[in-house]
Amino acid sequence: MITEDNTFIDEIKNFIATKMTLPNPESNLIAVLHKVQQLYCYLPKDVIDMIAIEMNIPAAHIWGVATFYHYFNLKKPGKYIIAICLGTACYVKGSNKILEAIKEHLKIDVGQVTEDGIFSIQPARCVGACGQAPVLMIDEKIYGELTPDKAIEIIEKYRNKNNND
Amino acid sequence: MQDTITITINGKEYKVKAGQTIMQAADSLGFHIPRLCYHPKLSIEGACRVCIVEVEGMKNFVASCAFPINNGIKIKTNTAQLRRARRDIVELILDNHPQDCHICERDGNCELQHLAYTMGIRKKHFEGQKKNYDLDLSSASVIRDPNKCILCGRCVRMCTEIQGVSAIDYANRGFDTVVMPAYNQPLGESVCSHCGQCINICPTAAFVEKNYTQELFEKLDDESIIKVVQVAPAVRAAIGEAFGLEPGRNMEHETAAALRKLGFNYVFDTQFSADLTIMEEASEFLERVQGKGKLPLITSCCPGWINCAEKFYPEMLENISTSKSPMSMMSPLLKTYFAQKQKIDPEKIFCVAVMPCTAKKCESERPEHTVNDMRATDLVITTRELAWMIKSAGIDFVNIAGEAYDKPCGMSSGAATIFGVTGGVMEAAVRTAYELYTGETMTEIELEDIRGLQGIKEGQLTLEGQEIRIAVAHGLGNAHKLLKIVKQEPDKYHFIEIMACPGGCIGGGGQPYPSENLIPLDQNLLNTRAKALYESDRKNTIRRSHENPEVQRLYREFLKRPLSDKSHELLHTHYKAKQPQGIVSHMLNNLQNGK
Ligand code: FES
Ligand code: FES
Repeated sequence: MITEDNTFIDEIKNFIATKMTLPNPESNLIAVLHKVQQLYCYLPKDVIDMIAIEMNIPAAHIWGVATFYHYFNLKKPGKYIIAICLGTACYVKGSNKILEAIKEHLKIDVGQVTEDGIFSIQPARCVGACGQAPVLMIDEKIYGELTPDKAIEIIEKYRNKNNND
Repeated sequence: MQDTITITINGKEYKVKAGQTIMQAADSLGFHIPRLCYHPKLSIEGACRVCIVEVEGMKNFVASCAFPINNGIKIKTNTAQLRRARRDIVELILDNHPQDCHICERDGNCELQHLAYTMGIRKKHFEGQKKNYDLDLSSASVIRDPNKCILCGRCVRMCTEIQGVSAIDYANRGFDTVVMPAYNQPLGESVCSHCGQCINICPTAAFVEKNYTQELFEKLDDESIIKVVQVAPAVRAAIGEAFGLEPGRNMEHETAAALRKLGFNYVFDTQFSADLTIMEEASEFLERVQGKGKLPLITSCCPGWINCAEKFYPEMLENISTSKSPMSMMSPLLKTYFAQKQKIDPEKIFCVAVMPCTAKKCESERPEHTVNDMRATDLVITTRELAWMIKSAGIDFVNIAGEAYDKPCGMSSGAATIFGVTGGVMEAAVRTAYELYTGETMTEIELEDIRGLQGIKEGQLTLEGQEIRIAVAHGLGNAHKLLKIVKQEPDKYHFIEIMACPGGCIGGGGQPYPSENLIPLDQNLLNTRAKALYESDRKNTIRRSHENPEVQRLYREFLKRPLSDKSHELLHTHYKAKQPQGIVSHMLNNLQNGK
């Protein structure tokens, strides 16, 4: 196949195959895109091309669907996704200030990836740790009672970890 | 279901055919409801709401392009309230439009401008946010300007439903919605075939051709070079429309005269090299029929089709004739044969082509089309660009006295004239192939079976006992359908003509925008243009390419014979498979699965 990472291609192809026998198979496009995002964390272009072939849907049209829904990531996310909680409790406790600090520190916006490909920022809605608000999450690990400085410290820890790997 | 039902429009009862939309019924009764996103040849989008009408019993206005009539329906099309609502709708569209009409390519023939005028919009009530996108200049033929786009979606439906290319679609949402290729990649790198039908169908200037008129005016002023021009057949059948003349006027000689007035030193006729294309292509066909090479042979003169083939049909490239298009045969001859004859330094020749086509701009840039390291065709302008230049230079085109084309590349047969209409290349090729092969005169040279606007046409003939089956498709959507048949039954046809544009070159992406009461793709308009070419063929005393004395002389003096080494060097080419990202792939898929 075409993509840099072929791991999930067969899985996706099989998934599509189960949909193609249904009436109006093209109506399953969104389900297929969900599957791809679940496996790759985003929608790689090569995989969209592959879906175009397998499902008989023009790539320009799939691209239209993928860009319509905010849920879909179109860029490869960073190695570490910083999920900053903007749920009510965290928000009240000033998580937007933390978000601003992180954005400034990494020089990227929400949904973008740092140039070195290490970090990306994503908003999250209540991760169930309101008691420690404001919180952020990296790799399923929750960091609470944050201040802007603390958040940046945590991020730098991950950077060092990455450099030592 | 009854066939006729009674409807009331604006207080008066009418009997109309059942099963129509309000708009269709109103059209048939002479009520023209304003519209923007609707086009009779495309699916109904219902996106613009300009076509709203009042239906008794309905709380809201309904979109007449999408609303079906039923017996007893009472419709109002022009109440004061409706007029106000429509005007608001158009104003809102205008609101985030650049409104730079006076510097816009389509000033004077823009549907939006016209609509605003008819709606009676005389002052601005809203000031909306403007879009601010870069122009997509990546294609050699087509410019995409999202700032001018009003999101009617006609281009998207054209590209998908008529052309089967699906290079573009809506992306993003809300105010950020943009019509773009997959992955927002540049048009020039997408699956686009550069046919320019998006330009023809666009109501504004969101798609326009890459314009070379300024550059050309400057060249025309340069006395150190020899300016040589050639004109394609379909140009003469349509250019008059740009000057308000009735469609179907053949402006062959007027065009030659105007080009000389613009400053060209030599004015040649692409029809001359169309005859030459037939000599080469018919000979190639006869070779293949005798077992040398793949069948079916597919014509190669249409650059939109060639772009499409290289992207969608890589494994069929061997089926495509290696003969270059008439344009790309003429230019190398001008820089060799003609230059030698006139004792001109070929480096000094500036070769211009006037084409009904946007894809020809791409074709002229192909690196394989060079001659002795010179670019063969230096510049291509469309019919629209030429019409503009003639107006801009103050030439009275309507009253100009016609002039003949120059020698030695200005004479042509009637067979060359009909190249401009779907089926014409095939008809011309058959006239010559038959006579070259059998040595007999063909009596019925007008092949009615492959004339007309039906999407796919078939015909047959007998070559010394062997049955030859031919097929013709115009519009890439029809080409896809025909090639699907060929995939299933590779022996079904021997010879196939494909033209990317609906109607062939007469419906090309570079032809004049239709005048006020006509719409793009109008079948009558296409038929009238076709008629102009068929009549010209009938009036010509020479109707077979191999009887063109100038072509015969060219072979005698220079090329020797069809398919000679010299011919191969100058007049033939090859194709390369291209794999753009975002390939549509319904075709690829069909190929892979042999469906
Ligand atoms: S609102 Fe942030 S964890 Fe609940
Ligand atoms: S023309 Fe009917 S909604 Fe646009």
